[in-house]
Amino acid sequence: MSYTAVFAAHNVDFHYDQVPALRQLSLTVQTGQCVALVGANGSGKSTLLRLLDGLCFPAAGSISFHGEPLTAANLADNKFFLSFRRRVALVFQNPDVQLFNPTVFDEVAFGPLQMGWNSAEVISRVDATLEMMGIANLRDRPPYRLSGGEKKRVALASVIVLDPEVLLLDEPTALLDPRSQSQLIDLIQNWRGTSKTVITATHHLEILEDIADRVAVLEQGSVTAVASPQQILSDSELLLRANLVHAHRHRHGDLIHSHPHLHSHSKHEHEH
Amino acid sequence: MSRRGAIASTLVGLSTALGNALVSETIARKPGWLQSLDPRVKLTGLLALVLAAALSHRIGVILALWLGATLLGLLSRVSLPTLATRVWLAVLLFTGVIALPALFLTPGTPVLSSPDGKLHITEQGIVAATLLITRVETAATLTTLLALTTPWMQILKSLRSFGVPQEFVMMLNMTHRYIFVLAESASQMLESRNSRTVGILSSAAQRAIVARTAGVLMGKSIELGNDVYLAMQSRAFRGDTKLLTGFRMTSRDFLALSGFLLIAMIAIWLGRA
Repeated sequence: MSYTAVFAAHNVDFHYDQVPALRQLSLTVQTGQCVALVGANGSGKSTLLRLLDGLCFPAAGSISFHGEPLTAANLADNKFFLSFRRRVALVFQNPDVQLFNPTVFDEVAFGPLQMGWNSAEVISRVDATLEMMGIANLRDRPPYRLSGGEKKRVALASVIVLDPEVLLLDEPTALLDPRSQSQLIDLIQNWRGTSKTVITATHHLEILEDIADRVAVLEQGSVTAVASPQQILSDSELLLRANLVHAHRHRHGDLIHSHPHLHSHSKHEHEH
Repeated sequence: MSRRGAIASTLVGLSTALGNALVSETIARKPGWLQSLDPRVKLTGLLALVLAAALSHRIGVILALWLGATLLGLLSRVSLPTLATRVWLAVLLFTGVIALPALFLTPGTPVLSSPDGKLHITEQGIVAATLLITRVETAATLTTLLALTTPWMQILKSLRSFGVPQEFVMMLNMTHRYIFVLAESASQMLESRNSRTVGILSSAAQRAIVARTAGVLMGKSIELGNDVYLAMQSRAFRGDTKLLTGFRMTSRDFLALSGFLLIAMIAIWLGRA
């Protein structure tokens, strides 16, 4: 049997203690696709990414990676564990969580060292990655002294160094200034160009067309729509229901009216 | 504490701790004599001198080690005010409190007596107190020099190369790393509380706020700890940390190590009782 799906989630339920986070969630991501997971805060985007990264497991339903069930038992197998970790990488929303080493170099070297690469290979690969990400000047700096944008770059470098097939990004542009946001999107786009699979959780609709060719909308722990970015962005009713846009009230002369509010990169316009 | 208030004192303490860490990193990256040595040589050499100070029973020998440590500090761009404020004054204050009773309790020849003749400061008491203070001052100066002239990561790598278990080294590393995140978080929480406080709070109320902040911080640190573990797992961590140790000893390092060990041995021999 051959599979083209990288991930297939089927009727997944997940809860934190008694609080449900995912309910009957189903989603398939094909090889080479760039998928954006959009949804309001608490819709289950980050939880889904953690499940796809094999950091926690569904209470019900199943998730498979290239047809292999993604279970604790399978990940306990060293061969599968190393192969999976080599091929799938997650960038956490809060870079402080991910930057636990004393210097940027050590941070980027952490993954390759755990993979058992030899020292010479680790050093050369880390240096090349730092150069590629434009952070070679930060090599010996402690991560906690970096700016938000620099931390995000280092966090991205720390997983890209492994050259994974699948990149999971949790709110990559959160808390970044516009310039750092744009630089990060450029980096993701360059990486996408290498036919990798990228799954990005975000609630920033203005970057959807730049980072994704498919968009999955999450509402209260379930996927309620999957379509192209253009189709999703033009469905005002869906966006309003999913709390991704808000009603924008303003005045034209004596007339006050409201409409869904959505910003794009280039312009902000609507029909009256 | 009472004049400035618990909140302000905690904020000043946190900001001082963060500032000190920044100063340490800056000094560790300056060109200096100790900075130029292999961290393993520094660790072994300075700890040998600490041992010598601890084993020596002669004040003259300990003072010579202390002067040597101060000279090493100056050669390594650690200023006298830095040593005085970070080490000497603090040690004098804390060790002085411990050494004070020895002045009166050590039996021996009285040098000074209270008017009623019940309390005596003895010659032996003065020697015991001075020995304790000079020993601790010297040991603290030497260990501070190690910390100030060596990036934290290199100290950890040195510990690993001496066979200290990697779980222990990893724990030290994580503690050092996240103490700053949590200190910053605590500082922001207290500042935010301060900015929303009208009027003057009683000392008890301020202490209650600081205690509550500590509680919230504890919860945050547990959550952070869980997330950090997941982030480590995500990058193939399975409880067995692998580190790069790329140290290389030069002839200068071997010479410095021999010098440190020789001085330590001479000090122990000259300082024997």
